[in-house]
Amino acid sequence: MIIIQQLITSFFAASGFAVIFNAPKKALLQCGTVGMLGWFVYTICRMQAIDPVVATVAGSILVAILSQIFAKLFKTPIIIYNVSGIIPLVPGGMAYDAMRQFVVNDYNMAVQLAAKAFLISGAIALGLVFSEIINQVIRKIKWKNVQEKCEL
Amino acid sequence: MDEKKITNVCLLAGKIMLQSGAETYRVEDTMIRIALAFGVKKAQSHATPTGILFSMGETEPTNFVRIVERSTDLHKVTQVNSVSRNISNGLVTLDDASQQLQNIESQVHAYPINLQIIAACLASGCFTIMFQGQWIDFFPAFIAGGIGYSAMVFLHQIVEIRFFAEFLASFLIGLVAFLFIYTGIGAELDKIIIGSVMPLVPGLLITNAVRDLMAGHLVSGLSKGAEAFLTAFAIGAGVAVIFLII
Repeated sequence: MIIIQQLITSFFAASGFAVIFNAPKKALLQCGTVGMLGWFVYTICRMQAIDPVVATVAGSILVAILSQIFAKLFKTPIIIYNVSGIIPLVPGGMAYDAMRQFVVNDYNMAVQLAAKAFLISGAIALGLVFSEIINQVIRKIKWKNVQEKCEL
Repeated sequence: MDEKKITNVCLLAGKIMLQSGAETYRVEDTMIRIALAFGVKKAQSHATPTGILFSMGETEPTNFVRIVERSTDLHKVTQVNSVSRNISNGLVTLDDASQQLQNIESQVHAYPINLQIIAACLASGCFTIMFQGQWIDFFPAFIAGGIGYSAMVFLHQIVEIRFFAEFLASFLIGLVAFLFIYTGIGAELDKIIIGSVMPLVPGLLITNAVRDLMAGHLVSGLSKGAEAFLTAFAIGAGVAVIFLII
């Protein structure tokens, strides 16, 4: 039940942000789906008591893979899907919380939260870059196979 | 004369992309590709969030465009991307490309402002639930998020300084959320506020900053990080005023 509720809300959150970011109308559903599935992986990982940073890496890898697939399928730049897809994972709430603690002079809590927000955004970037690298490696290997065959 | 036109097209494409929130490496890549398609082999480009440097070759004079305002506009990024693809495939001439890019630059947001505000409302409400809030807080966050986002859009038109608009918008969010709690409609102040500030919060900027840093664009990464920090500070401070008053 909780998972269904999370799925629905993350879908609307991601597609809502896609509207704010002026994504093309045709891409709104896909944006929502990417965001929903990324958040789904994150929620499942968190339920297994996995560290939030690791869970975020897992979520953002899925977001990146899905965005690559959608970008290929619909022939649009990948940025549309992964920008709206990572929105649910992004530590915006945490960044805000950290700042709030700073402003009310609770520096211990603030530094902790800020460090965590930084690590999580690093984790998202890592996930996105990681799947891009895998994609490049696959492409290069395929290309090498083709070249070898041609030489034969 | 032709060289000037090519430079213009490259700079315009780069400018639109950077203003629409494309990643730095993509901007540089697109400019080099366009130049290459028009036969300029050794074009150099250097993009930072506040300006683009471009030259037709290592020893050629350098051209410069200043970027003042940045937002996220995926539609423009898509369109510039397709123009640059057409250029690479040799489907459009230099003049056509220049015309198309100018059309793209003058475009306004594809969704009417009401729809954007509703989207912000919906996203705020949903975020409250995603951060383990209760359904009773959905409606307060929906309203507070909408008010905050519209205040941000409206104030940013009047006040040039983004920091101030963000500060006031989050102050309003805090006020509205507090009023909801005070009248007994909402349950948890923290969850309502976190959900409603999400449309303003620079989560995407932080992530992009780290990505730029990882990709070796150190200047862009650091300056985007600074921008994100400033925005988060404005929002935190705006809400904190409410906490101080209470």
